[in-house]
Amino acid sequence: MKLRNKEKDVIALLNKAQRENKHNYITEDKLKLTAQEAGLSYSEVYGVATFYSLFSLKPRGEYVIQVCDSGPCHLMGSKSIFKVLEKELKIKVGETTADGRFTLEEVSCLGICNEAPAMMINEKVCGNLTPQKIREILRELRKKK
Amino acid sequence: MIKELKSPLRVVLENYGRINPESIEEYIAQDGYEAVGKVLREMRPEQVLSEIKASGLQGRGGAAFPTGLKWEFTAKAKDAPKYIICNADEGEPGTFKDRAILEGDPHKIIEGMIIAGYAVGAHYGYIYIRGEYLLSINRFNKALKQAREHRFLGEDVFGSGFNFQIEIHQGAGSYVCGEETALMESLEGKRGNPRFKPPFPPSSGLWGKPTLINNVETLANIAPIILKGSDWFRTFGTKKCPGTKVYAISGHVKEAGLIEAPMGITLREIIIDYAQGMRDSKFKMAQVGGTAGAILGEDMLDVPLDYASLGEKGLVLGSGAILVMDETTCALDMLECFLNFFKRESCGKCIPCRVGTEKLLELATAISRGEGKEDDIDLMLHTAKVMQKTSLCALGQSLILPISTTLKYSREEVTEHIKGRCPTGVCKI
Repeated sequence: MKLRNKEKDVIALLNKAQRENKHNYITEDKLKLTAQEAGLSYSEVYGVATFYSLFSLKPRGEYVIQVCDSGPCHLMGSKSIFKVLEKELKIKVGETTADGRFTLEEVSCLGICNEAPAMMINEKVCGNLTPQKIREILRELRKKK
Repeated sequence: MIKELKSPLRVVLENYGRINPESIEEYIAQDGYEAVGKVLREMRPEQVLSEIKASGLQGRGGAAFPTGLKWEFTAKAKDAPKYIICNADEGEPGTFKDRAILEGDPHKIIEGMIIAGYAVGAHYGYIYIRGEYLLSINRFNKALKQAREHRFLGEDVFGSGFNFQIEIHQGAGSYVCGEETALMESLEGKRGNPRFKPPFPPSSGLWGKPTLINNVETLANIAPIILKGSDWFRTFGTKKCPGTKVYAISGHVKEAGLIEAPMGITLREIIIDYAQGMRDSKFKMAQVGGTAGAILGEDMLDVPLDYASLGEKGLVLGSGAILVMDETTCALDMLECFLNFFKRESCGKCIPCRVGTEKLLELATAISRGEGKEDDIDLMLHTAKVMQKTSLCALGQSLILPISTTLKYSREEVTEHIKGRCPTGVCKI
């Protein structure tokens, strides 16, 4: 009994390609390779890669900070969270710091609305954010090599 | 662990926070997999179907379609193979119930899927979990491994000759993939664009084959119904909407979190009895059912929150998300936030939604900056009505609800912005 062919699952292949890249993105070479592996055209794979918000075709920072701005987080003050992050990192939403360490992004609901406002850093979720808590989190991340 | 507010009643969340979700032994000790055993040993598929039909269970993803009927349509489909899909692409803002169930009691979903598979004649199951829910994915993976080791999954389950396999599909960030046909496109490895309906999934779904797709919370109800019976299930909730509902409370309340309550509980009861009241200021409004849901004002505090009661008023319960807002909230600022969400998440396949979401956000933004015109409010309503009639899927169709209900309660407040003043001082004019 066998389910679909996992080796040809484009979304899983792209996910893996992005995870293995230290700049958290999918390179053009990987897109081409994925197309070959999945038996699809380059344009089809490009279409998939650009549809989903968790994929990036641009190099990103070592830490991708994704802040939620959907209803509950917006209500609980996500705008001020963006302001603090923009000020601390000296970048705007969608940009990466010059040292290549941090990228700031806006995302849709992360499903932790009981701890709004919330954000996700790479695979880690942080809730009940306050300006002070954000500064602490950034201080910890900056210490890491 | 999500804070669970005091819930006296437990059907869906019966094991939540009470057992180690990574231990199949602890699940088995709570009568886990008994329902699968009962179904495979003692019941014919038709008997399972009639039990689920008799329970009156409705789809808990938001559309409230009778679950038994959906199962029956899939069972009657002639084509093969058939598929079961568990929709765990919970993306509706304010909703976090499916995450809690997956993280807290993953085996219950596996059990629901096996029973569904047996009832409709499917041997393959997929669970589509959104990419952001990594803990859910990890827990579910572990649970699947344990279930295979215990031979609850695989070939000849319980020596019955019935085979069933489940595989996880990890999403990659897309709200519209929660729409069933978009989800299937995504599962097939494509862009998550919704399909035209009909055909509906029970006749033509995944890879064009008969497919049963159910929400996580729906499937979590299956094992309890099988073990305790449909009559027991009907002792909860209302006549038209039996059972319990897991509501997700967020916003300006003292305690945000999850509650399981009988269908038909009121907003006032939820805020006062469970969420311990408002946090700082007086109640202004609540959005029920997520960002695609309606705004309810003070006059709706005592309306039963079930599919039928809200449906009669042209409103929706949706996923059961409840966002409570106090008097410091600007209704227009929130509307702008909702529209920004829809604009970002519109898949771009159909024109009404692709262009409409963009235009609606432009209008709301202009008004919130004090640059709006008197006609803009009616233009927004008109645009959303056209989208309701012409959009391909629920994303474009349902946008009218947050807009029309915001205006029902706060039209004056919105108009004030056009005159150059935000009454709450939230918008910078």
